[in-house]
Amino acid sequence: MAQSLLIISRQAPWSGPGAREALDIVLAGGAFDLPIGLLFLDDGVFQLAPGQQAAAVQQKDLSANLQALSLFGVEQLFACGASVAERGLDPAALNLDEVQVLAPAELGALIDRFDQVITL
Amino acid sequence: MKFAIALFSAAHAPSSRRALAFAQAALAGGHEIVRLFFYQDGVHSASDNIVTPQDELDLPAQWRSFVSEHQLDGVVCIAAALRRGVLNQEEATRYQRPAVNLSAPWELSGLGQLHDAVQAADRLICFGGP
Repeated sequence: MAQSLLIISRQAPWSGPGAREALDIVLAGGAFDLPIGLLFLDDGVFQLAPGQQAAAVQQKDLSANLQALSLFGVEQLFACGASVAERGLDPAALNLDEVQVLAPAELGALIDRFDQVITL
Repeated sequence: MKFAIALFSAAHAPSSRRALAFAQAALAGGHEIVRLFFYQDGVHSASDNIVTPQDELDLPAQWRSFVSEHQLDGVVCIAAALRRGVLNQEEATRYQRPAVNLSAPWELSGLGQLHDAVQAADRLICFGGP
């Protein structure tokens, strides 16, 4: 059986290539049909903010790439509820419909479910 | 045990030193390294162009001799490397760049190599990241 992999994405979308490079690992794993999960944590939840205008900071919009996750068969999508609340985001209005918002106390069990973890 | 080792931090970061120390200890302890995968700023550790002051640890040189000596599979992510100006001869030619700073034993390849290593290994050990 294939080993499952959880990517923990902690970088804001405008903070450099980190967010995009974390997502690229997830999409590549999806393309290979591997069991893969993605957790948005800390500033990583800013990737889920609605109404981003990436062009205003000469960046490409990462939101479109997030929508590709379901096309690549990646359905295990999570966000840390505390990170979302701390940054003033509305958990009901995140930019990714399939994302499950978890309480901090649930994160340990989530990480435990995966064989391997990469934090970026 | 079979280890896959991923490096995400720049050559001058303490975690890059720890990655090499871990890799050396793993082999010394009789374990196997199925692949080294350099991603994000980790690609800089494979550059031929880093010049380290004489009284400091030359980490890129140590990686190169370690990988060569043990004939390890040293893979550098091609997309991350291109973005950061780490090019082998083939990519320098493709993008018409005047300089080449990546050579054997390092190989440029895609993220599939990371996933492949994760599947082949008992443990994935990551160094760097936020």
